[in-house]
Amino acid sequence: MPTAIVSSPFAGRLNRTDQVMLQVILALIPGTLAMVWYFGWGVLINMALASFFALACEALAMKLRGRPVLPAIGDLSALVTALLFAVAVPPTLPWWMTLIGIVFAIIVVKQLYGGLGYNPFNPAMAGYVFLLVSYPLAMTTWLAPNIPEILEAHHLVTLSFLDSARLIFTGALPPHVAWDAMSAATPLDEMFSKLDQNATIPEILASPLWGEYGGRGWEWIGNWFLLGGLYMIWRGVITWRIPVAVLAGLLIPAGMFWLVDPQAFPFPAFHIFAGGTILGAFFIATDPVTACTTPRGQLVYGAAIGLIILAIRHWGGYPDAVAFAVLLMNIAAPTIDYYTQPRVFGHGRREKT
Amino acid sequence: MPPYRLGAGQRQLWTFPGGLHLPDEKALSNHAPLASAPLPRRLIIPLRQHIGAPAKPVVAVGDRVLKGQLIGEAQGRLSATIHASSSGTVIAIEERPVPHASGMSAPCILIETDDEDAWAELPPPLSARPDPEALRERIRWAGIVGLGGAAFPSSVKLTPAPGIRVRTLILNGAECEPYISCDDRLMRDRPERILQGARLLRDLLGVEACLIAVEDNKPEAILALRQALVTDGDAAGIEIIAIPTLYPSGGEKQLIRILTGQEVPSRGIPAQIGIVCQNIATVAAIADAAFDGKPLISRIVTLTGRGLGQPRNLEVPIGVPIRELIEQAGGLSPRLRRLLIGGPMMGFACDDLDIPVTKAVNCLLALTPDEAPDPGPALACIRCGACAEACPVSLLPQQLYWHARARDLDKVRDYNLFDCIECGCCAVVCPSHIPLVQYYRFAKNECLARDQEKRQAEHARQRHEAKEARLERLEQERKANLRKKKEGLADKAPPPPPGAPVVGALAPAAVAEDPKKAAIAAALKRAAEKKAALASQGLAPKNTENLAPAQQRQVEAAEVRRSELQAAEDAARPRE
Repeated sequence: MPTAIVSSPFAGRLNRTDQVMLQVILALIPGTLAMVWYFGWGVLINMALASFFALACEALAMKLRGRPVLPAIGDLSALVTALLFAVAVPPTLPWWMTLIGIVFAIIVVKQLYGGLGYNPFNPAMAGYVFLLVSYPLAMTTWLAPNIPEILEAHHLVTLSFLDSARLIFTGALPPHVAWDAMSAATPLDEMFSKLDQNATIPEILASPLWGEYGGRGWEWIGNWFLLGGLYMIWRGVITWRIPVAVLAGLLIPAGMFWLVDPQAFPFPAFHIFAGGTILGAFFIATDPVTACTTPRGQLVYGAAIGLIILAIRHWGGYPDAVAFAVLLMNIAAPTIDYYTQPRVFGHGRREKT
Repeated sequence: MPPYRLGAGQRQLWTFPGGLHLPDEKALSNHAPLASAPLPRRLIIPLRQHIGAPAKPVVAVGDRVLKGQLIGEAQGRLSATIHASSSGTVIAIEERPVPHASGMSAPCILIETDDEDAWAELPPPLSARPDPEALRERIRWAGIVGLGGAAFPSSVKLTPAPGIRVRTLILNGAECEPYISCDDRLMRDRPERILQGARLLRDLLGVEACLIAVEDNKPEAILALRQALVTDGDAAGIEIIAIPTLYPSGGEKQLIRILTGQEVPSRGIPAQIGIVCQNIATVAAIADAAFDGKPLISRIVTLTGRGLGQPRNLEVPIGVPIRELIEQAGGLSPRLRRLLIGGPMMGFACDDLDIPVTKAVNCLLALTPDEAPDPGPALACIRCGACAEACPVSLLPQQLYWHARARDLDKVRDYNLFDCIECGCCAVVCPSHIPLVQYYRFAKNECLARDQEKRQAEHARQRHEAKEARLERLEQERKANLRKKKEGLADKAPPPPPGAPVVGALAPAAVAEDPKKAAIAAALKRAAEKKAALASQGLAPKNTENLAPAQQRQVEAAEVRRSELQAAEDAARPRE
């Protein structure tokens, strides 16, 4: 008899981890293309570098831990971490910073805690924050968006593929080009540093860098990531709860502040169209390993992330707050899960489980 | 949870949480009408085909038995009778492998069949509306158990506890496991029998509604039942309901939820909310017993899977080895990967073709590698939550897994492990291919084992304490008796007045004869002389002097003992 005794169920499995991860990678494509469009080849170079480093780190860690290397590489989780890290960092980041960020993310935050499934913190965001507190200048230097009117009005230049590669690998700027001729403040930075200088919102929005809702260029990247996010919901890779809760937790209080004082608080949509809100809500906060798993817990978790994003942006020292908000709530996820267990079938509605 | 749908004239249905849409694979086996499996040369009839105690054999090796003859008597309330499924000779009563996930053996009666298939004398048919007690007795006699796979004795289920009013009877024709089609075929081929049984139980329990539920992937079965209900007369209270196809809607508690919106309390039984569920095959067997006087000696078995040449449904006598059935279904394919008893979601693998069909065996499933691919090694849980989404009981399977792995038995209870129905939904959707159900079974066993240990320890403690208490009580009684006796003695003979000479006990004559006694007398004399000398010198008495008479007596008695010892020692010393 060719049958081995194993436990039911015997039906074919419906999902596979690598397929789930592959869906996430596919969902990143539109947003990535939009970023490449506005910020140049550096985005793709970062992605390639981060992916290479991440897979190498993962393989090294598995080797050191005496475990099979191929399944760990093959589950594509390290690749997802690398890609999320790469779209979060500036497109001109020196290669060794990417290396440091990835080593911290994969080796320290993921593998030292036991590898896939055991890390309490989102590796990509932990790597990002590690770099942000270590190299604040490099991590907040963004290129100006590739929009002809802006470039002409400010006498800015864009980087070719070779220029980008040289900058990333050697730190050399293109001849006769200074940093000032390429970079521009990010909309979030612009908004909150000017607010700190007591400028009013209408004054800030008068700048030609501003578009309808956020900075020009920036304001539409989120939409492309949103497309990927909706794809993931459609494919059942994520549920709607965390992204919707993040957006609600951010927008509802932001809307209330704006109604109270529109001079000092930006229109709520600004929070979506500037910075990494959409990327964070759909791709970062929904990382299953570190997020809440109960339905009610996911709503609480997401809403808290939204609130923390708002609080850090307005009153914190860092321009974008998604990574901090996610990491802070990662700590709280197990507790939230414990207190939001669903009512088990056949148990009374009020009964404490 | 909202109702599933509510169309005009349609019964309102509810949903349960989670569940899965699985490929049903029923078309593989449900195309041909029921046929009978031929009798094998040898029947292996286990004495335990039900939950509860095994039946007691009432035949001996060498006896000739007839078809339908009682061969095993029920032992206890949850036991069921066993009958011979054909005529022949009992050739052995011995341990044989039986269908069980563990591959265990159990006592079986082996019958070598003659080809006569001669019936024993059967009881007369009951009337269409039999006396409830007579019907229950008939069901008990026929050894009818739940044929959905649980094998719970039906007579027990149909005898509600005092004070419980059953309002709804649910007949379960959902058959939600993929591949299995034995109920489908029964509903299509013998709908009248099912309805006859339904009426019997409706009247027996006096219910307000009898709901026959069938998943809507079996339209022919639904149609057959509806037609039979129309043409067959008495349809009062009987309703045939198509329910949406969603695994595991055939679970008793899930089905009750779908049909009534009610939830059976955790650890409770449907009767607590006024509901009794029976599988439709059980109901047909009850009708067989009532109207044909036929005990439960056969059942319908689905033989299916792409690992079998000709998948089909057969009416199989209880006790036929599955090897014979596989021949009837075209043999095993060389591409066979797994042979299962039951469905792919909740069945168990078997690797012994000599196990017999029992009352609980509803399906023999031969799967090829395409149908049951090797899930590969389990990967780490990424807490994706797919398991929680699929769980029909709203458990958190990933948390249960985590704590089961850590053998944290308090935590698994905290997370309601014992509400898990082991339906397998979580494991099928797990992207990391973790055998979740296996962990839950393990944890349940661990919990039960620990409970058992605790009970035993508690029992031992109680026994010990009882023993201590008993000894203490005996001691107290003894003391009390002694006291009573003493008091009684004291009443009769008052103690001697103080100062009475104890030495008087030693008669001078005896002293003269016994050197030991002489020594004692001498010692006493010395003591008296010493005392007198002290007194004469006017010295204050020591604390051993001037004693109360009782103490004086004690001291003297001690002196006596000492001198006795001294004398004995002297006597023992070798003489120089």
